[in-house]
Amino acid sequence: MPSRRDLLLAAAGGVLLGGTARRALAADAGSDADELGTLPGKRPLIRHSWRAPNYETPLADLVPAFTANDAFFVRYHLAVIPQIDVDTWRLKVGGNGASKPLVLTLRDLRHDFERATLAAVNQCSGNRRGLFTPRVPGVQWGNGAMGNAEWSGVRLRDVLGRAGVTANALEVVFNGADAPVLPATPDFLKSIPVERALDENTLIAFEMNGHALPHWNGAPARLVVPGWTGTYWVKHLTEIRLDTVPFDGFWVKSAYRIPTGAFPGVRFKSQETPETTPITEILVNSLITSHVSGAQVKHGAKLELAGKAWDGGSGIAAVEISTDGRQSWGAAELGRDLGRFAWREFRYRLDTSKRGALVVAVRARSRDGATQPEKLTVNPGGYHDNIVQTITLEVA
Amino acid sequence: MRGAFAGAALLVPLALVCALAFADENAIHLRDGNARDLTAARCAICHSVDYLQGNAPVLDRTGWQKEIQKMRDRFGAPITDAEAQQILDYLAGSYADKR
Repeated sequence: MPSRRDLLLAAAGGVLLGGTARRALAADAGSDADELGTLPGKRPLIRHSWRAPNYETPLADLVPAFTANDAFFVRYHLAVIPQIDVDTWRLKVGGNGASKPLVLTLRDLRHDFERATLAAVNQCSGNRRGLFTPRVPGVQWGNGAMGNAEWSGVRLRDVLGRAGVTANALEVVFNGADAPVLPATPDFLKSIPVERALDENTLIAFEMNGHALPHWNGAPARLVVPGWTGTYWVKHLTEIRLDTVPFDGFWVKSAYRIPTGAFPGVRFKSQETPETTPITEILVNSLITSHVSGAQVKHGAKLELAGKAWDGGSGIAAVEISTDGRQSWGAAELGRDLGRFAWREFRYRLDTSKRGALVVAVRARSRDGATQPEKLTVNPGGYHDNIVQTITLEVA
Repeated sequence: MRGAFAGAALLVPLALVCALAFADENAIHLRDGNARDLTAARCAICHSVDYLQGNAPVLDRTGWQKEIQKMRDRFGAPITDAEAQQILDYLAGSYADKR
């Protein structure tokens, strides 16, 4: 009897598996939710909601080293999402922590600042929420609220430098063009500590994998905060504000928070309370992309397990595989290093000489020494599911 | 974004996008029950009703009560006390699959 986690993993791999697992999942949800759906300009993705649009990348599309732009997951809170005319688009940079406020066009960004490019995983804070036990409300993501891309644009610090960062600047606040339907609904604004904003790896990106940003991924320009979860990667940027006091917007003060001290990761101190603190860095994690639980493999045949491992920016040191109930672990072969914020491919030859169930566990270790835990740290938002993944293959 | 930067130039194409989205999401079928239409009408002001389906396995009556309260208090959903009660009864009856 496959577990719900297995079914969700299978559903995420529906393109590989066919429809059976997906139907099982739909039956489990008591609905016709989570069918494949197609947004304009995107290939079929796992649809969690029509409006606001929330679409997950199927497992098969997480196999390439870089996730295709038209396969990259889509996540919105608010349903008013304008198509922006790049010629009339303006980026306002100011706030009381800026001594020389300015307004930039896309042309200004492209021509007046040094270009910067880096590869990074963009992972939604709630990725794998649907695999949580006990279950928590919210978009019931499987494994595909993430992807790896090469992001190009300019360094945020260069833009902030031109706006004149005052000595007492504390946080940088970002607003995008997406907006709520009702005036009473909190608009989606996020802030990050000024130190993170001035980090050389924080970008205002206008290209993804060498092409203009897709509409659904934040055209014409979005924030890229490598190593931090996707909630900070504000799309359709319209305004950047240097503030000297902690931002008090709903999406920072009340949402995307974890219990204080419950998880590793850099602290966003100006927003921390004794009870809760903003989610920040992505925790070390891995995902098998070559197989889903329940897959049949051929007895005696050559069999290679493959997947991806990533963390919040220290880079992956090792990926280990166990096929004997975690008694012993073997080192997987790591693929090319695409940069410390990108994911790292791994491969491992499995033994198919014994018929029956082959239980495979995978755990990654980052260069800062963190490893994936066995046990989930339950939290109300359903964040940070990075527990060791186990799949069962059938050798026949 | 809204206010000063939500220029008219941005909003015209949006109407098209919204119309398309609505046409497609209208295919979502909600389970029968009293106040189904009221529930669909209020929830769909801001979001498609597949949000209800997606959260059905996760929520029981208490969970739905919290969600409805959150929508009213945090997100400004225009739902009266009497409507909230009817919507809760519908969701707790038809979409509370938590086990």
